Amino acid sequence: MATTTTDEPTRRDFIYIATGTVAALGAGLAAWPFIDQMNPSSAVLALSSIEIDVSAIQEGQQAVFTWRSKPVFVRRRTQKEIAEAEAVALSDLPDKLARNLNLPEDAPATDKNRIEKPQWLVLIGICTHLGCIPLNNQGDFGGYLCPCHGSQYDTAGRIRRGPAPENLAVPPYAFIGPAKIKIG
Amino acid sequence: MSGNSTYQPKTGLTRWLDSRLPILRLAHDTMTTFPTPRNLNVWYTFGAILTFFLAVQIVTGIVLAMHFLPSAVLTNGGTSSVAFDSVESIMRDVNYGWLLRYMHANGASMFFLAVYIHMFRGLYYGSSKAPREILWILGVLIYVVMVATAFFGYVLPWGQMSFWAATVITNLFSALDQVVPHMGGAHAPGIGTMIAQWLWGGFAVGDATLNRFFSLHYLLPFVIAGLVGLHIWALHVPGNNNPLGIDVQGPQDTVPFHPYYTVKDGFYLCLFVIIYAFLVFFHPDFVGNPDNYTPANPLVTPPHIVPEWYLLPFYAMLRSIPQKLFGVLVLFGALATLLFVPWLDTSRVRSMRFRPMMKQFFWVFVADCILLGYLGSQEPQAVWHLGGIDVPLLWPARIGTLYYFVFFFVVMPFLPLIETPLERPKSIAEAVLGTAQPQAAE
Repeated sequence: MATTTTDEPTRRDFIYIATGTVAALGAGLAAWPFIDQMNPSSAVLALSSIEIDVSAIQEGQQAVFTWRSKPVFVRRRTQKEIAEAEAVALSDLPDKLARNLNLPEDAPATDKNRIEKPQWLVLIGICTHLGCIPLNNQGDFGGYLCPCHGSQYDTAGRIRRGPAPENLAVPPYAFIGPAKIKIG
Repeated sequence: MSGNSTYQPKTGLTRWLDSRLPILRLAHDTMTTFPTPRNLNVWYTFGAILTFFLAVQIVTGIVLAMHFLPSAVLTNGGTSSVAFDSVESIMRDVNYGWLLRYMHANGASMFFLAVYIHMFRGLYYGSSKAPREILWILGVLIYVVMVATAFFGYVLPWGQMSFWAATVITNLFSALDQVVPHMGGAHAPGIGTMIAQWLWGGFAVGDATLNRFFSLHYLLPFVIAGLVGLHIWALHVPGNNNPLGIDVQGPQDTVPFHPYYTVKDGFYLCLFVIIYAFLVFFHPDFVGNPDNYTPANPLVTPPHIVPEWYLLPFYAMLRSIPQKLFGVLVLFGALATLLFVPWLDTSRVRSMRFRPMMKQFFWVFVADCILLGYLGSQEPQAVWHLGGIDVPLLWPARIGTLYYFVFFFVVMPFLPLIETPLERPKSIAEAVLGTAQPQAAE
């Protein structure tokens, strides 16, 4: 026999809580497809690696390639630029991590850890501040100057001055020939 | 002041309608008989001007959307895009397309000019103070949605400034990488990068970004319209503030909205529209950036990128801070601060007419906003030559940013402790008509 008391849960309480729970859970689950549809699609994710020929790049020159719709800088450094990059003390660097996707994450930002072959500097050419493309051979450190907010990078693509928090990232890459690079 | 309806339906049809949907009653009470302080000056006409420009933007925007194609797919051998070409087609081929696009682009600027005047007016006459806090907060929300809408709209022509504005603004979120550096294992992106990629629908700004921004650009004006409805509702509960900042005490202090303010608003709207028409017909690209007539190139950032003029003060603040996360926090903090103005200003006197010290800080604040706007338009490395001394523009920008926050967090709360306000008139009627009106005890 049904009775209405305040201390015993009734069938109404049960239905009230069950309905509320299903509604909240359902709304949460239904929201996910609407959120996730904005993430990169399968077609975008499929464009994962490229192979490039860098033999035409002369010493002191830089070429720009597109990988995952991002610009990749391939710079053939001069002996002077290599020497400058190697001479920098780790303590002078605002960001002391190599930011090299081919190395462990805590690798220090020495010039050696930024490159695979000393002559070839391979970088994702996106300023780590707000995403502009830094200009080549400009700024006080001989490397890059971002035109948007004035971040300056050295000849190993390491941040030296300005608002950018990190060194220019080094993409995952490997030499598959003397002058052939696979990125991604 | 609200709730006392004086509407009398006169015909059988309006009586029939009134007992089913009292929409004519609503219109009558809010736009005809609404008691409005008799001393509102020119600065109070901008509410109507803003409503007009919201309508202009929606109407021209709907029409432009009939001709615009939101696609970043490359055309012309990779030198242009479908979106850029469709905008050029609007300019050259569509009948009156040039006019509609220039009305829309310059309409945005006039909309922001009017909203800034409206906001400064609210600040000067203390319109945010009790009992109008919700009214003010709704206004700030409208402004924030306006900024978002304008940003999405600026991206659509897919020129160089469009592309790089989209890149810089969406990258603001990547500053959160400094809060949560990793989502997952080594080299996994931080939470900020994940948010940025979610906004982009890719690894950089691209086709997916353009499409969704178009969708949102079409949606948000209707959100603004909804917020404007709430804003006007919140206005009609306590009624208008006025230049004296004192409360309305009775019918002797007010006049009906129509015809007094419909005509006054209409008159100043006409003057404002003349400026608008002058821009549209004679200097349609005055506020635009010539770089946006260059099709977007994801591999080359223009040497000097700037936002539209109405966002320059915030851009100057962002650039004045050398640390990424802090710079982004200052940028958003400057906007969020506005939400708290009703409680930051502790003076019991609303209008700055009667606040001799605050008035001076206010005009310095106006000058500060204009200075920050100018600094935001300059190149980041720019230097002033002042009598043989080189001053990097970074420093005035830092001082200007500091003053912005000092104004809100130091001057507003603490100045009333040392400021003696001037004596205020007893009533609006007395101040306006020069004769003491009989009135109930205060």
